[in-house]
Amino acid sequence: MTATAGGRGERGESLAAALSEIVGARHVRTALPERVTYARDGLPTHRRVPGVVVLPGSRDEVVAVVRLLAALGVPFVPRGAGTGLSGGALADDDAVLLVLTRLNRILAIDPKNRIAVVEPGVVNVRLSAAAAPHGLYYSPDPSSQTACTIGGNVAENAGGPHCLKYGVTATHVLGLEVVLADGQVVELGSPGGEPWGPDLVGLFVGSEGNFGIATRIRVRLLPVPRAIRTLLADFNALRTAGEAVSAVIASGIVPAALEMMDQSCINAVEDSVYAAGYPRDAAAVLLVELDGSREEAVAADADTIAGILRAHGARSVLSAADAKQRERLWQGRKKAFGAMGRLSRDLVVQDAVVPRSSLPDVLEAIGRIAAAYGLTVSNVFHAGDGNLHPNISFDGRVPGLKARVDQASGEIMAVCIAAGGTITGEHGIGLDKLRYMPLIFDGDALAAMRAVRRVFDPDERVNPGKVVPIHACREWSGVRNAEFGMRNKSSSVDSAFPTPHSALTS
Amino acid sequence: MSLVDRVRALLGDDAVDVAATPDGVPRVAPGSPDAVGLLLGTAREEGWRVRVEGAGTWLPADAPADLALTTRRLDKIPAIEPQDLSATAEAGTLGSVVATATAGPLRHGFGAVRDHLLGVTFVTGDGRLVQSGGRVMKNVAGYDLTKLAAGGFGAFGVIVLVHLRLRALPRADQTLVLEGSREDLTQVADDIAAAAVQPAAHELMSPALARRERWLLAVRFAGSAALVSAEEAALRAATGGRFTALRADEAHALWMRAAESFATRPVTFRVGGLPDSSDELMDLLQHQVGDEWISASPGIGAIRWGGETTVDRLRRLRRTLAGLEVPLTLERAPWPVRAAVGHFGAYREGVGPLVAGLRRTFDPGEAFVVAVEGTE
Repeated sequence: MTATAGGRGERGESLAAALSEIVGARHVRTALPERVTYARDGLPTHRRVPGVVVLPGSRDEVVAVVRLLAALGVPFVPRGAGTGLSGGALADDDAVLLVLTRLNRILAIDPKNRIAVVEPGVVNVRLSAAAAPHGLYYSPDPSSQTACTIGGNVAENAGGPHCLKYGVTATHVLGLEVVLADGQVVELGSPGGEPWGPDLVGLFVGSEGNFGIATRIRVRLLPVPRAIRTLLADFNALRTAGEAVSAVIASGIVPAALEMMDQSCINAVEDSVYAAGYPRDAAAVLLVELDGSREEAVAADADTIAGILRAHGARSVLSAADAKQRERLWQGRKKAFGAMGRLSRDLVVQDAVVPRSSLPDVLEAIGRIAAAYGLTVSNVFHAGDGNLHPNISFDGRVPGLKARVDQASGEIMAVCIAAGGTITGEHGIGLDKLRYMPLIFDGDALAAMRAVRRVFDPDERVNPGKVVPIHACREWSGVRNAEFGMRNKSSSVDSAFPTPHSALTS
Repeated sequence: MSLVDRVRALLGDDAVDVAATPDGVPRVAPGSPDAVGLLLGTAREEGWRVRVEGAGTWLPADAPADLALTTRRLDKIPAIEPQDLSATAEAGTLGSVVATATAGPLRHGFGAVRDHLLGVTFVTGDGRLVQSGGRVMKNVAGYDLTKLAAGGFGAFGVIVLVHLRLRALPRADQTLVLEGSREDLTQVADDIAAAAVQPAAHELMSPALARRERWLLAVRFAGSAALVSAEEAALRAATGGRFTALRADEAHALWMRAAESFATRPVTFRVGGLPDSSDELMDLLQHQVGDEWISASPGIGAIRWGGETTVDRLRRLRRTLAGLEVPLTLERAPWPVRAAVGHFGAYREGVGPLVAGLRRTFDPGEAFVVAVEGTE
C-alpha cells in the first residue's frame, strides 16, 4: 500500500516531523506558498505542487530520508536547480520533493588524472571555474549552465552546444555513488571509468531520476583549448543554412559547436539586453566554433570552414576578433531562450533530433506548419547534431490557442520522426513528452524500459509517472500494467497525430 | 520432433548446419532479426540453452549448449550516410565488437565503443525484439538500453542491428615510434601528456607485440594536415626529437599486428585504472601473469593483456586488482576458463542483485550460455 506525503492532514504532519528530525525543521517545507515555488521547472507549461519539500544537507541525510520514505511507501522526486525543460522534476501532492542543491561540494579535483568528484548539487559552471587553475574544464555546457546542477545533468544526460565535438554528459561521467529507492548505497563504475561489469553508469545517466539519486559523481575533465576561432555566418534562407551545415559535417572537420538561429530568434536576441550584433535581415545565422590545442591547426581549419560556408551560400562570414567579441556572440546564443520568453506570455519548447542531412527539409516543413496554424515558431538549435529547438511563443489566455499550439507541436514532432529522428535530444521525456514515446518505441521496447526501471525501483516510487507511458507497455515477464496502471493515468498514448508526410515532400 | 527438425520447420532447411561446429552442437543461422526472435521464443518454450556466435574470430565457439545461434547471415549494411556520418549495420558485421566493448589504441583519441553507438536492436532470451536509441546523434528518449548491449557479452540479448556514428577518414595520418626500456618510455609518455599533445593513439607495446628488441611507444596523429603537422612538431619539441616517423605501410602493419595479436592468443583481458597508476598496474601484470603480450594506453589508464594463463592466476590477479578498485574484464578465453573466471567476476557491493535483476529481465529462462560472473 502506498502512503501519501500530503501537505495537509495528520499523516502529512507526522511525515514532516520525521523528515525534520533528519534534516532539521528549516530544511522541510510544508507551507503551501513555499511548496508552490517548486511547482514548475524551466518549462512554464507544467505545474505540480509537491506534498512536502525536503532539502537534505549530506549524503547520509539523503540515505536517511530515502529509507524513511521507503519504510512508509511514500513516492519521491529528486530535483536539482529545477532548470529542466521536460516537467521531469515535478512532484505531485502525494509525493515528497527531494531537493539536492545543498549537496554542493566539489570533493576532489585530480589534475594528473583529469578527474573531478562532485556532489549532485554543484552548479555546472562552478566545476569548470574550480578546474580552471589546472588548465582543465568540464565540457558539457547546457545553456542553463550558470544555474543547473551536475546531478540534474546526469539525470537528463544533458547536452549543450559543445557536445558536438566532445560528447554529452554520458561521455564524461566515469562513476557514480547512487542511493537506490530502498536507501541502499551502491558504487557504479570504477575510479578510472572502466565499467565494472555491465555499464550501469551509462544506463543510469539519463534515467531521469527513476533509478535513484546520484550522491557522488565522478567526471572527466578536459584540457582548456589553447586556440579558439568563432565564426558567424549569415544566410538569406533557412534551407541554405541547413545545407551549409551538412557541408561542414561532411568535410570531416568536427567543429566544437555549430549552432543555428533563425530570423525570429535573431530579432528576439537583438531586442534584448543580450544583443550580440546578429544581422537582423538574415533568414538564419550559423555560429561555428573551432578549437584545439594548436593555434596554427585551428586557424587553418577555421579558414577551411569559412570557405565551405561561403561556397554554400553564406552572405558573409565574420570571425570574432577577440575574446570579448566571441563572448558577445555566444551570450546571444546562450540567452536566446530567455530572450524568446519576451516574445509572449507562454512558450512551448521542443527538442527533436533529426539526421543532419534532413535539416533543410525539416526546417521548411516546420515553417509551413507554423504558417498553417498562424503561430510564431523560433528556431535556435544545435545544428551540428541535428538537435532542433523549435519554440512556439503564444498567449495561453487566448481561447483555443493552446489547443492549436499542441496540435502544431504534434505535427512538428511527427515530421521529425518521419525524417528518421527522435523526440528528445537533451531535455528528456519527463511529463512533457510522455505522449510522444509510443510514436518511436513499440510496446516491447517500452515494456523493456519499464522492467529495467523496476530492477532499480521495484515499486516505481522514484519520480513516478515519468519517462515511460505505462499504458503503452506490453506485458513483460510478469510485470502487469494493471498493477501500477494508475500512476501515470495522465499520459495519453493516443498517437493520432496526423502524420504530415506531405509537409516533408510538398 | 528433434531440435533440428523443429528449427528447420521454423526457419527453413538452410538455416541449420548440423555438422558445422567442432563439438557437434547444431548451428543455426537465422536470416533476419525476426527469425532470431522466432528461434529464441521457441528456445524459451523448449528450454533450449543457446550460445551466440558471431564470425567466430573472437570468442571461441565452445560453450556447452543445445544449439549455436550465429549472426553470420545478418551481414547486411543497410545504410551508410556520408552526409550524416552515420551507418546502420546488421550484427554479423560488428556484433561481437559491441558485445565485448573491445577497443584498440584509437580509443585514446576517439573514445570507446559506447560513444559510437547511436542505437541497438537486440533480441531477448524469450524472443522479443527490443529497439533502443535511434540513428541520430543525440537521443535521450527513454532509458539508454544501448549501454547494456555495449560490453554486455550477450547476457542481455542477441544484438541484431546497430546504428553507429562514423568519422570522416583523416586527411593526414602519421605514426611515430620510440623504442626503449619500459621505464624510459613511461617517462616519455608522461612528458607527452604534460605538453598537452593530443594524439589519436598513444600506445605502449611490449617487445613481442611490436616485434622489436625493446618496448615501443607508438604515437599516432590523425586529422587535417595542419593539425597533424602541428601536433607532430609539439611531440618533437616535448621529447627532444627522439621519435621516428613510420611510413604509411609500416604504420599500417604495426597497428594491424597490435590488433590481431590479441585475437590469436588463448586469453585476452582488459584492465582499466587511473592514468597515473598505469605503470604500477603493468608491474603487477608482469609479476602475476607475465608481460609478453601487453598493449597499454597510459593516457586513459587502459591496458590489454594477451597470452596463456591459468584460472588460478586470473582469479588471484583479479582479487589483487579489485583491492586497487581496478576492474578486470575477460574478453576472450576457452570455455573452461570463462566459466570459472567469468567475464566480470565479482561486482562491487550491492551491484550483483542489480545485474541479476537485469539478466532475469532480459533472459527469464536463462537461455543464453554466457559466463558473466564465473564460479568463484
